[in-house]
Amino acid sequence: MTQIELRSIKKFFGEVQVIKSVDLFIDHNEFIVMLGPAGWGKRTTLRAIAGLETIDEGDILIDGKAVQHLKAADRDIAFVFQSFSLYPHMTVYENIAFPLRATRQSKAQVDQAVRQVAEILQITPLLRRRPSALSGGDMQRVAIGRALVRSPKALLMDEPIGALDAKLREEMRGEIKRLHMKQESTTIYVTHDQVEAMSLADRVVIMNEGVIQQVGTPEEVYARPANLFVAQFVGSPVMNVAQVHVAEKRGNAWVFMPDSSEGFIFPSELLTRLDGKTRGDGLALGIRPEGVLVERERREGYLPVEARIIEPLGSHDIVDLRVGSHLLRARTRSGFVPRPGERVWARIDPAQAHFFDMASGNSLGVRL
Amino acid sequence: MARIELKNVTKKFGAHTALRGLDLEIADGEFFVLLGQTGAGKTTTLRLIAGLERPTEGGIFIDGADVSGWGPAERDVALVLQQYSLYPRYTVRENLEFPLKSKIRRVEPEEIEERVARAARTLRIEHLMDRKTDRLSGGEMQRVSIGRAIVRKPRVFLMDEPLSALDAKLREALRTELKNLQMTLGATFLFVTHDQVEAMSMGDKIGVLDRGRLVQIGAPHEIYNDPRNTFVARSVGSPPMNLVEGRVVQGRAVVAPQRFELPLNGQASGAVEGRPLVFGIRPEDLNVEPGAPVEARVHDVENHGVEKILTLIAGDTTLRATVSARMNVDVEETVRFAWNPEKVVLFDGESGISLRHAS
Repeated sequence: MTQIELRSIKKFFGEVQVIKSVDLFIDHNEFIVMLGPAGWGKRTTLRAIAGLETIDEGDILIDGKAVQHLKAADRDIAFVFQSFSLYPHMTVYENIAFPLRATRQSKAQVDQAVRQVAEILQITPLLRRRPSALSGGDMQRVAIGRALVRSPKALLMDEPIGALDAKLREEMRGEIKRLHMKQESTTIYVTHDQVEAMSLADRVVIMNEGVIQQVGTPEEVYARPANLFVAQFVGSPVMNVAQVHVAEKRGNAWVFMPDSSEGFIFPSELLTRLDGKTRGDGLALGIRPEGVLVERERREGYLPVEARIIEPLGSHDIVDLRVGSHLLRARTRSGFVPRPGERVWARIDPAQAHFFDMASGNSLGVRL
Repeated sequence: MARIELKNVTKKFGAHTALRGLDLEIADGEFFVLLGQTGAGKTTTLRLIAGLERPTEGGIFIDGADVSGWGPAERDVALVLQQYSLYPRYTVRENLEFPLKSKIRRVEPEEIEERVARAARTLRIEHLMDRKTDRLSGGEMQRVSIGRAIVRKPRVFLMDEPLSALDAKLREALRTELKNLQMTLGATFLFVTHDQVEAMSMGDKIGVLDRGRLVQIGAPHEIYNDPRNTFVARSVGSPPMNLVEGRVVQGRAVVAPQRFELPLNGQASGAVEGRPLVFGIRPEDLNVEPGAPVEARVHDVENHGVEKILTLIAGDTTLRATVSARMNVDVEETVRFAWNPEKVVLFDGESGISLRHAS
């Protein structure tokens, strides 16, 4: 049961400001994932909470108490790194028990704590082994075990499964989530992998250039991205973004892609909703691949387009459609568009369209 | 442009056999992907074709000519590796020119200029030409490496996990670019990867390697829908195909009597009645809906935005199901599911080989 609060924290590395005033409140038992590209403050923020890095301004509060002046060891926070950092000459058991050495617990208490953690992580059969005899996944389980054994106030993880291969990552993702549900520990997890973020987080904190871009549940950041950065960072394949212009014709709104003479039809309501929100050509349309609707036959309201590249992914296909000078990626049933070069018909689902101000990148908050 | 054939190729390193009796044919202009885990023999295959290794047994043919005795230069193939191997102090232009300035090739200066310009255009690195390569991003460096291969106009492009060191967004972008490039050049590509998404999305054909053996060759949809064995079934698709042990009783799949019984679409002939089998079903072919025949507990929900992936537990069987992102479902909830009987693949319980491939 731990609350963590960041109040206007700032951090400079020389001239470079890696954290530009970050405010964040993390509640009891929350699983927070900090997501963003490498080198833009998320790792530094995590390390600052742990006390592995100092901050230049602001407060870090744990359960209401400012801790920015406390040493890492006095904050009662456990940290799991990407590199496993186990002691090679100790057994798994000794590695997990290690953090309890300084706590003056009895042998029986230590034994109970180690076995309990091993049980949760399903590594009991490995307790007598040395780290060199373990697989990558098991090593990381041991590292997590070592972090948990002290029952810390909070668990911080820095890309803990980033070094593992894809299949194992998928498996470990599930384990980490279940572990969190069992332990009910406040957890902050840093990654640049949006799939990890989406599948693990109660709330995702998206950081770029030292600034929090958006905080929200996975549903919120996916369905209502605050700006173009979030829109294109979350989701795979990335959201299509194109600079568009909107015109009125025969009582409907039409959205024109760059260098395209034909537009996509939208309800006329779009015109009034966009009115005054952006100047002239500063409008961007964002549409996820599943929001591009594709038909094989001519249909009312659909534009004829050419399919360029088809990526079959088994459960579905991603098809690149040429519209004017722009490529729109669409998600279709597998095999729906038989071959590249084929002419198909496409439209944009108004309910899934996002509009952004091109200059600021901010969402205009217009949803139909 | 070239056709590549490997006939019964075996490669041993001391006591270790890296490849066993490999038969492989890559058509002219084909994008062929070798998919396998570390140590499956992918890189060895590539190095054998490049001429960096000699086969212990068997023959390697390029356009029908046995090249087993040829050196790497004579084979005229280009190798692109995961590490960029550029000259850091040279500009992008110098790096691109370098392979053409070798004395053996004797390419005229105008020709060099033209080929470099065309490669730069194709790879969209024209704006980087005068920059030193140590000032480039990972994606830019990999494009330059590919450019160095293109300018030589090799007969075959061999690529060893060229995208693995890049981050996810860049990988996604370069995937399409590479596929586009191969289509534009009309070149023969052999691309090696452990990433099933790359294999599925780029390959005209995929060869799945398991510990030095080629298990299956086929178009992506064949590998995905009609895997030869349970190994291939697990190799493609994310989450992977569900594999559950059971038996056929009176034409129905019985995983756990009274708890988990589902129909089959007449694909199980009388001969398999009662025999131990493994039923394979993809997560998107499980339907979670009220009134469906099997009850399960929701063990985990992963929201991927476009869809949700549920982990279901029915009895002691764990299954993954892909459902719409709009479905409201929570961990520990009880749900019911069915499967699409048309999509169930039956594997032999012992050998793991698909019954469709067993005959």
